Amino acid sequence: MRRPGRDLRELLANPEQGRPAEDLPSRIARDPAGIRYDHHFIVDTIEEGSRVLDLGCGRGVLLKLLVDRKNVRGTGVEISEEKVYEAVGKGLSVYHGDIDEGLSYYPDGMFDYVILSQTLQEARATALVMCEALRVAKHLVVSFPNFGHWRARSQLLLRGRAPVTPALPYQWYETPNIHSLTIADFRLFIASLGMKAERSFYIGRRGPVGFWPNLTAEHGIYVLTRDSVK
Amino acid sequence: MSDYLTESGSAASRVGLVETQYAEFDVLPLDSGLELAPLKIAYETYGSLNDDRSNAILLLHALSGDAHAAGYHEGDDRPGWWDIMVGPGKAFDTDRYFLVCSNVIGGCRGTTGPASLDPKTGQRYGMRFPVVTVPDMVRAQKLLVDHLGIPRLLAVAGGSMGGMQALEWVTAYPEMVDSCISIATTHRHSPQQIALNEVGRQAILRDPNWCGGDYYDRTAPDAGLAVARMIGHITYLSDGSMHEKFGRRLRNKEVYGFDFTMDFEVESYLKHQGEVFTQRFDANTYLYITKALDYFDLANGHGTLVEAFRELPAETRFLVIAFSSDWLYPPYQSKEIVRAIKGNGLDCTYLEIRSDFGHDAFLLEAQQQTHLITHFLEVTGHRRGVGW
Repeated sequence: MRRPGRDLRELLANPEQGRPAEDLPSRIARDPAGIRYDHHFIVDTIEEGSRVLDLGCGRGVLLKLLVDRKNVRGTGVEISEEKVYEAVGKGLSVYHGDIDEGLSYYPDGMFDYVILSQTLQEARATALVMCEALRVAKHLVVSFPNFGHWRARSQLLLRGRAPVTPALPYQWYETPNIHSLTIADFRLFIASLGMKAERSFYIGRRGPVGFWPNLTAEHGIYVLTRDSVK
Repeated sequence: MSDYLTESGSAASRVGLVETQYAEFDVLPLDSGLELAPLKIAYETYGSLNDDRSNAILLLHALSGDAHAAGYHEGDDRPGWWDIMVGPGKAFDTDRYFLVCSNVIGGCRGTTGPASLDPKTGQRYGMRFPVVTVPDMVRAQKLLVDHLGIPRLLAVAGGSMGGMQALEWVTAYPEMVDSCISIATTHRHSPQQIALNEVGRQAILRDPNWCGGDYYDRTAPDAGLAVARMIGHITYLSDGSMHEKFGRRLRNKEVYGFDFTMDFEVESYLKHQGEVFTQRFDANTYLYITKALDYFDLANGHGTLVEAFRELPAETRFLVIAFSSDWLYPPYQSKEIVRAIKGNGLDCTYLEIRSDFGHDAFLLEAQQQTHLITHFLEVTGHRRGVGW
C-alpha cells in the first residue's frame, strides 16, 4: 500500500509542477522595494483595520501584505488546494472553493473591501460576482490585464494572431482567462452595473502610467462603489 | 519551506507509554430528561498544562475510538487512534499543548455505558441505559475539563463524530473555547447516513444472541456487531481506495470457487475487520452511539444552523477540513458548516483535501492535516497570548 497522500513538501517547493511551462502568472511591474505596483496601490488604498475579503487570493501574498501593513481583518477564497496550503502557511484564513459558488451566505455590508485581484477575467458569473461583492462590501477593488494595450493590439493587427504578451502570457488554448477585456470595456461594464470608480490606477511595462491607459496600461485597477445616483 | 513540516512516526516524535485515568462524577443530566448517576469518565492526557492554564486542547474521538488517542499502552504494539497527529513536533505538539482525550458516555472503553453496572439494580445496564446524545457527551466532557482545572480550551478538535462534538462544544460553551477544528464531519446526519446506521443497528438487533441487550453473561451478538462493522467499514473507504487495496484479487485461489466460501480479497478483509471489532467493542454501545449520531443536529435549540453560531465571541476561530473522496461525510456538508460560520463574520479556514482514502483519510493523511493544524493553532495561540 502506498503511503497516504501526495508529498506536500514537493508541492510547496515546486508549486508549478505539473503545469505547462508557458502557464506562468501574468507579469506585473514591481516597485523598487520588490512589491508589485498593483499590490502597492491596493495596500495604499485600503484603510487601517478594514475588513477585507480577497476573492482568488492565490498564495496570499496581497492578503499577508494587508494584514502586516494595514492590520486588516482579512479572509481569502482560493480554488487551488496547493495555494491554500501556502496561504495558510502565512497564517491566513482561507476558504478552499470557487468564487463562482457565490457570496450569498454573507450578510449585507459584512466587509469594507472585496478584492478581485487578477481574478475577474477567470470568473464565470462576472456581473453576479461584482454585484454580490458590492452587496457584502462598501468598496470593490478589481484589477485585470488590459487587452487594449498597444502590444496586444499590434499582434492582432500586424500579425493577425491572438495576443501573447507579458501581461497576457497564455496561448489561446491554455489561457485561464475566459474573458478578454479592455479598460474601455470595463468602464462601460461598471456603468451598466450601476457602479462608479472611486479611484483608478494603471500599470505599464515598467510602472504606473497615466496617459491614454487603454493603450499604454498592461493592467488596470479600479476601486468601485455603488453609484448612488442610479 | 520544510521547516514546519514534520515527519510523523519517527522514533523521536513519540508520546511514549501512557495510562488511561479515570474521574468520577455524581450525576449528569441528559437531553432525554433522564440522568446518569454516577458517572465514570476514562481519559488520557499528553503534554503538560502551562502556568496560566491556557494551552489545553480537547481531542474528541469518533464512533469506534476511545480515550487512547496517542502513545502506547504497556504491552501494546499499536499506538492510540490519532498518534500520527499527537506528539512532540506533530500537529498537536505535546511540547506546546496539553492534550486531553476522553471516552464518550455510552462508550465501552472505560466510561460509563450500557455494559456498566446500574447501581440501582446491581446488574449491567443493557437497554436500561438512557439514550444519550452528542450534546450529552459534550456535557460530560465539560465536567471532566472543569475537574482538571482547565478554565478555557485553546481548541476542541476531532474527526467524524469527534468533529460533531467539537462543533457542539464551541456552540454550547462559546466563552470557554478559543477555536474549533472539525474534520470530515457534518452538522446533522442526512437520511443516507441515518439509513446506513439503521442497517448496522438492525444487524445487531436481529442477532438471536442480542437477547434484548442482556447478553453480558452469555454469548454476545458478535455476528450482528461484525456485520454492522463491515457496513461501517465500507463507508469509511472509497471506491478508489478499494480498487487500489483489493482490486478484484481472489483470496488464496486462482479461480472462482463456485460456492459461497470466500472468493475475493475484499471479502476476507471485511470479515477480518468485523471479527477484530467484536473483540474490542460492545454491541449495545454501537446501538447507543449510532443513535446519538443520527439525533445530532447542530441547529437544535438554535432555530437554524446560522443561528447556532450567532452567540460566539468574534475572536472564535474555525478550521474545517473535508476529504474529496469521503462519501460518508461528503465535503458539501462541511461547506454548509463553513458558510454558516462565515455568515456570522467568524474567522474560518476550509480545505477540501484531495485524497483517495475516503472517510478514513482523517486518520491517515498526516502531512496535509499537520500543515493546516500546526499553523491554525499557532495563530490561535498567538492571538490568545499563549506561552509555551
